[in-house]
Amino acid sequence: MKERITVLVCGGTGCMASDSNEMVIQLKQRIKELKMENEVTIIKTGCFGFCGQGPIIKIQPDNVFYVKVKLEDIEEIITEHIVKGRVVERLLFDDPKANEKVKEHKNMDFYKKQMRIALRNCGFINPEDISEYIAVRGYEALAIVLSENTSEEVITIMKDSKLRGRGGGGFPTGLKWELTAKQPGNEKYVICNADEGDPGAFMDRSILEGDPHSILEAMAIAGYAMGANTGIVYIRAEYPLAIHRLETAIKQAREYNFLGKDLFGSGFDFDIDIRLGAGAFVCGEETALIASIEGHRGEPTKKPPFPSEQGYKDKPTSVNNVETFANIPSIILKGAEWFSSIGTENSKGTKVFALAGKINNIGLVEVPMGTTLREIVYDIGGGIIDGKEFKAVQTGGPSGGVITKEHLDTPIDYESLKAIGSMMGSGGMIVLDEDNDMVEISKFYLDFTQDESCGKCTPCRIGTKRMFEILERLTNLEGCPEDLDILEDLAHNIKNSSLCGLGQSAPNPVLSTLHYFREEYEAYANRTISKSYKIIEEKCIGCTKCSRVCPVECITGKVKVPHIIDESACIACGACFDACRFDAIIKP
Amino acid sequence: MKEHISKQDLHLFEENILTKYRKNDSPLMQVLQESQNLYGCVPIEVQEVIGKHFRISPAKINGVVSFYSMFTLEPNGKNTVGVCLGTACYVKGGERLLDRVSERLEINLGETTKDGMFTLAPTRCVGACSSAPVIMVNDNIHGKVTSDDIPNIIEQYNK
Repeated sequence: MKERITVLVCGGTGCMASDSNEMVIQLKQRIKELKMENEVTIIKTGCFGFCGQGPIIKIQPDNVFYVKVKLEDIEEIITEHIVKGRVVERLLFDDPKANEKVKEHKNMDFYKKQMRIALRNCGFINPEDISEYIAVRGYEALAIVLSENTSEEVITIMKDSKLRGRGGGGFPTGLKWELTAKQPGNEKYVICNADEGDPGAFMDRSILEGDPHSILEAMAIAGYAMGANTGIVYIRAEYPLAIHRLETAIKQAREYNFLGKDLFGSGFDFDIDIRLGAGAFVCGEETALIASIEGHRGEPTKKPPFPSEQGYKDKPTSVNNVETFANIPSIILKGAEWFSSIGTENSKGTKVFALAGKINNIGLVEVPMGTTLREIVYDIGGGIIDGKEFKAVQTGGPSGGVITKEHLDTPIDYESLKAIGSMMGSGGMIVLDEDNDMVEISKFYLDFTQDESCGKCTPCRIGTKRMFEILERLTNLEGCPEDLDILEDLAHNIKNSSLCGLGQSAPNPVLSTLHYFREEYEAYANRTISKSYKIIEEKCIGCTKCSRVCPVECITGKVKVPHIIDESACIACGACFDACRFDAIIKP
Repeated sequence: MKEHISKQDLHLFEENILTKYRKNDSPLMQVLQESQNLYGCVPIEVQEVIGKHFRISPAKINGVVSFYSMFTLEPNGKNTVGVCLGTACYVKGGERLLDRVSERLEINLGETTKDGMFTLAPTRCVGACSSAPVIMVNDNIHGKVTSDDIPNIIEQYNK
């Protein structure tokens, strides 16, 4: 019998955290029981991107997109949709604006404004089957390059495409390749930086989980362009699923001779090895990353010499980010002109952003450069959770800053973000609402950087620690107004004198929030802020739960009588807030 | 609970594991990871064997071990619990969740319970931001966790 239906189940980390793996097992089992194995194929794909609505199941060729599927819904999907061909309405996406169910993903606001180049295959192919990648023109770009282009021509294509590094710095990829290619010697290396350290960014993980072959293909193309025969993927050990998919992909590519000796009969050899990180944020910096692969402490070295001159084992090395690589096969297939027609004057193509925090549609979005923040937050992201007030978006993680309401209409690219005191970074976008305390947020980032500072240079090692201490003093209401000047002064000094990108950008979250939300810092410095939780008398029914969980016993009251918090003793731990079932407690 | 690795085990480690990497260019990180996976730590005696085998000074090896947060000198508990403190989880209350887990297990961050069942490990973003806040136990991710879920999650692994 002919294959009739394909069921695509999202197998990204987000959906697997909500039982999608078990769903695949159940679906397969039920299909087997119904003896429909020949008609129905169950595929575990990579991330669809719409993680906030996960787990997601898509049914082809009907093009029906089910969201928030639960294990108990599987039976209904099988009996109703697969057997009888009737769509299960209640599992469709609910468009909050139009107040109607949307069947196809392309009609959802979340997908409408997106343009998918790097994420083109994520969610549409089975990442553990190389033939599916080949079916979507996989490895064709490599074949074309090896048979029709010289190395110089490949570099020219990359330069003409104006692709820039997606890891954060935005260095032109073609130029990086050219610098490496120009170096003398036969021993060169291509490294893929998959040490996605920015907390809140997960696009590299999703690409590796959803489309690992595109990275392998792009690395081989890079190797050919630069005359390198060895590639290394340096990936975080925190991503077990991505590592597994990558290992599977490498094995399959070797079987098809897309990796190994004499690729496509061209005489060009290329193979790829995986190396795991061991939990150090600084290893995302290219010189530290190379030191780590070489088996040293992951400490950065000064540049020059750049890795393109002296990198891994002192040989010319090009380090590129996962998302950068994911763009490359498309550029080869569709041409540099096509790619450079997308985006703004100096930033071409698309960028993947990881939308998270207080936003309705959490997930991965890929938009052309130059899209405004308003479009991302409101049109694609669906606005702020619970209709609260938008406060800011944090971009660039621990190296970036905040974008406030007044800049919502700035077209996003590398330069414009820098101009307003933030940065592109790897593309994490944390949406903050009125409840978020900006001083706490920058304290959070400083805690992160001072902890992750490798300790090699003094400004970063000691400076970030002192900054963190000042922030702690402020938030404990033990600071004074002079602290703000010291903080700012210190921040500029650290920026100017640190050795690597980590230290040079570590003060950014503080500087940016100081600039846009200085009054919040001042409230702490002048100790005019209230740090205590409060009970709304009308809502409190006197269940006593809060007084039982309070660690400092500052909540008193009798059963069935509204309770009271002693504001002077409250340590703002939030235990009462978590415990309350009646929303009777408000945060400070 | 300090486990000593016998001389015989060390010999097997050298024979079965270290020799695999003899031809590799820079195997130190990989063999340290092997030890961490096998013994749950990289104790001094293992570091010495690695040093002798690859002619690397023990001081240098110790420097590398102490640099990376994933390498430990003492074995972790049977289960490793990590409360994600990435930004997405943080803005949704990850820090408070960590306090609750810490209270429940009666240990601080980085410590292991007396019965050796749980280690509370410092955890950076696990990339499951859509399910924030998340708790990772071993390789399993529990998403959208509230304080009330903590006892259940812990109990699942307490056997």
